[in-house]
Amino acid sequence: MTARLGYALAAVVGAVATVAGIAGVLGATWSFRAPALVPLGGLELSIDPLAGFFLAVVGLGVVPASIYAVDYMGGDARGLFAYLVLVVSMAVVPLAANVVTFALAWESMSLASYFLVVEGGAGPRASRDAVDAGWVYALMAHAGLAALLAGMLTLTAATGSTRFADWMVAAPALASEARLGALVFLAAGFSGKAGLVPLHVWLPRAHPEAPSHVSALMSGVMTKLGVYGLLRAGFEWLGVIPAGWGAGLLVVGVISAVVGVLYALVERDLKRLLAFSTIENVGIVVIGVGAAVMFRAADLGPLAVLAVVAALYHTVNHAAFKGALFLGAGAVVHATGTRNMDAMGGIIKRMPWTAACILLGALAISALPPLNGFVSEWLLFQTLLQNTEIARPELNLVFTLGLAGLALTGGLTLACFVKAAGLTLLALPRGEGAACAHEAPVAMRAGMAALSALCVALALGPTAVLPALAGVARSIVRASSDTAIAARGPLTVHVSGDFASLSTVTIALALAAGVAATVVVLSVLGASPRRRISETWGCGRILQTPRMEYTATAFSNPFQRVFDFLYRPLPAVDIDAHPESRFFVRTIRYRNETRSVIDDWLYGPIAAAMRVATGGVRRLQSGSANLYLAYILAALLVLLVLA
Amino acid sequence: MTAALLVAVMQVVLVAAAAPLLVGALRTLKARLMGRRGPPLSQPYADLRKRLAKEAVVSETTSWVFRITPFVLFASMLVAALVVPVLSARPALPFAGIVFLMYLFLLGTFFLALAGLDAGSAFGGMGSSRAVAVAALAEPTVILAIFALALRVDTTNLGAIVERIAGHPLLALSPGHLLAFAALFIVMIAETGRLPVDNPATHLELTMVHEAMVLEYSGPYLALVEWASAMKLLLFMTLLANLFFPWGVATTLTPVPLAIAVVTLGLKLTVLTVFIAVIETLVAKLRLFRVPELLAGSFALALFSVMAVFLLR
Repeated sequence: MTARLGYALAAVVGAVATVAGIAGVLGATWSFRAPALVPLGGLELSIDPLAGFFLAVVGLGVVPASIYAVDYMGGDARGLFAYLVLVVSMAVVPLAANVVTFALAWESMSLASYFLVVEGGAGPRASRDAVDAGWVYALMAHAGLAALLAGMLTLTAATGSTRFADWMVAAPALASEARLGALVFLAAGFSGKAGLVPLHVWLPRAHPEAPSHVSALMSGVMTKLGVYGLLRAGFEWLGVIPAGWGAGLLVVGVISAVVGVLYALVERDLKRLLAFSTIENVGIVVIGVGAAVMFRAADLGPLAVLAVVAALYHTVNHAAFKGALFLGAGAVVHATGTRNMDAMGGIIKRMPWTAACILLGALAISALPPLNGFVSEWLLFQTLLQNTEIARPELNLVFTLGLAGLALTGGLTLACFVKAAGLTLLALPRGEGAACAHEAPVAMRAGMAALSALCVALALGPTAVLPALAGVARSIVRASSDTAIAARGPLTVHVSGDFASLSTVTIALALAAGVAATVVVLSVLGASPRRRISETWGCGRILQTPRMEYTATAFSNPFQRVFDFLYRPLPAVDIDAHPESRFFVRTIRYRNETRSVIDDWLYGPIAAAMRVATGGVRRLQSGSANLYLAYILAALLVLLVLA
Repeated sequence: MTAALLVAVMQVVLVAAAAPLLVGALRTLKARLMGRRGPPLSQPYADLRKRLAKEAVVSETTSWVFRITPFVLFASMLVAALVVPVLSARPALPFAGIVFLMYLFLLGTFFLALAGLDAGSAFGGMGSSRAVAVAALAEPTVILAIFALALRVDTTNLGAIVERIAGHPLLALSPGHLLAFAALFIVMIAETGRLPVDNPATHLELTMVHEAMVLEYSGPYLALVEWASAMKLLLFMTLLANLFFPWGVATTLTPVPLAIAVVTLGLKLTVLTVFIAVIETLVAKLRLFRVPELLAGSFALALFSVMAVFLLR
């Protein structure tokens, strides 16, 4: 009972965060100081439009996830405290107004999610995978924190203040070395949390291991706080940064998007597939951020605002549809007892509500009109297409690459989610768990339905949302009042005057009218209403079994062939034949594993070097207390001499 | 307002009515080029009528996704007919950008691919997997070709592109324009399942893409799917014809320009049809794993077209 109340409390916190965040977006300001609470500047919180936006994203993610958890955890109190800490610290990160507050919130967010990953939620003891994932996660999170603190302390040293507001004032006069140093460290720290390639390695390991409502928050919300940091640092703390950095960000975004979706495509584990797709979506958001940096460096304020708006819209969209997908996947995994899509199938008949939410999420994430993913990707396309306003050929080339990469990502995402939805939900069940699956309890359905409704609202209401987002974007770009984006009338959004326009409500109505027209056409032409239920056609074989279905591995095979330089697959066929004759085959085992280029080529050598280095250090560790005292004395002497 | 509505309805009806004729013409032409007599031009209409009158056999394995797919697919093509500048340079959906059009086509692909998986047969899955692979790899070409066009005229609005190019006919002959046309032509071949990417005439399961995906459909459902595919072909060809060679497209909604538009569109489509029929007669189907190379080639063409536009600005 206490556990249920705890999750209800988290939902209330989320609702408050949403309301406060929306107030912040609309221009409310508020601040809070408690200098005595912690040393080094004290606790300090404040809200501005950008903080308000990310606070609202946190709230919008937390409410459905917490409602879902009421039934998902079924009164199990394990991990509740860590969950509450995670929720509160995620809400505090965008509000933090000085280094100490920020570092405390950031670290407690990492630690709380680490515990939730290791805890896993399944079984009495943490699984081996979860512990390994937690280890990689803790390592990357702390390397990221170290980089962030290095960057922040560089700025503190250069400006003599730990308050973010002072940095903003001092930014234009910042020495170029301090700016460069801070930029490198902050970019590395924040992109690690956002899960950008090549700092993403922890993400597909850690996100799937956590309970599904936590996965939804980690993927939908926590990665976005990395994006928040990139925006804060890139637009406020460091002043106007050169266009080259924007180009770099855009390229990193494109690589993350394409690599993320390509690894998602060959994944058989449903939750890992969703985690890889998070890397892709953060990549799409960062493409927008990079474009904004370039436009701003070229003094094209309205276009920079447009790019930030596209990035922010995709941020909240991804929180909505990825949340719905993770919660839906969690319900399916809960019901079938497996995360392997090759053992799922037929869920749509056994869990109709869950299936509908997953299908809607798949449509939205594939950016199909008229859903919300389409709106933000369309905006981003229109932004990138206007790059010719910058008269620098090398940057135009980067933008062209961005356009092509974004389009490829769009197509591959469609393929990926046809696979995820089709193989999970449709056809006959391919495993016992899937065959006896039951619909999720009511609170879980309510959580998924809330996020699906959010997707639909964001799809049909861009005219209401976009002006507010433009306000947020203007507050960080500091452009003059004119913007490239405007709502004309209640339905249509215009980009850069007559460059492009969109009305999702009209599209939705047109599609509905189209379906109605199709029904009318059929009846006018006298189509036969007769329908016979029969077996699937199968070349004359007698009985259809699930073994005849296409599997996840088979579905992604064309992609594996086309992009084999990235997957470097290791197909292996083991045939166990009878000793008397090789024609009497007893078993055939087929394996087709893909490898990660980045794990092997980047982290492999680093891990090997670390092992050698730590092996050397181990010689210092004799276990003798006398020797350790000698070390301390020696260190003290050296420090005294240096001082 | 009423004139615009009337033209919009006319345009949709024209696309729906003429699409089977285009398929029939293509088949007959191909047959003649191969030295056969071929079916009459009206054969696709007869096929549609026959299928509409038959009962539908639905697999017991399938779900509602399978049953709504033909309707979603057909509806998306009807909406696409409002987006493409078929007769007038002012498409009925004014915010119609070409990005929207491409995603509208993808909407149909998405549902068809799901339906292919729904019956649980290996053929359907095979078709779905291949169809989404081809669609995904064609996307970058589309967006770069759009970029090359948008660079010229400062908009992605289809109607505005057509109007600007119609105003400067020599634009249509610039290298960037021709390269973009070639790139989009290859995309059309891939997206509408023509040779050498997919063979619309084959019924050999292992080589099929589109046909394998829709194998489980029968009766009125099959009629809708085939009709929608024909409309997609017509719309793609119209898009290519009017976007790159916009002569004759009506700029006002009065009867005489509209009549001229219908006639010129007919002529342009005839030329394109002959072109496609000749290509389909000359080339054999590519192996599936050679298709990405073809699409990479089209991507290179699109990239060159962007560069050409940049250099010749």
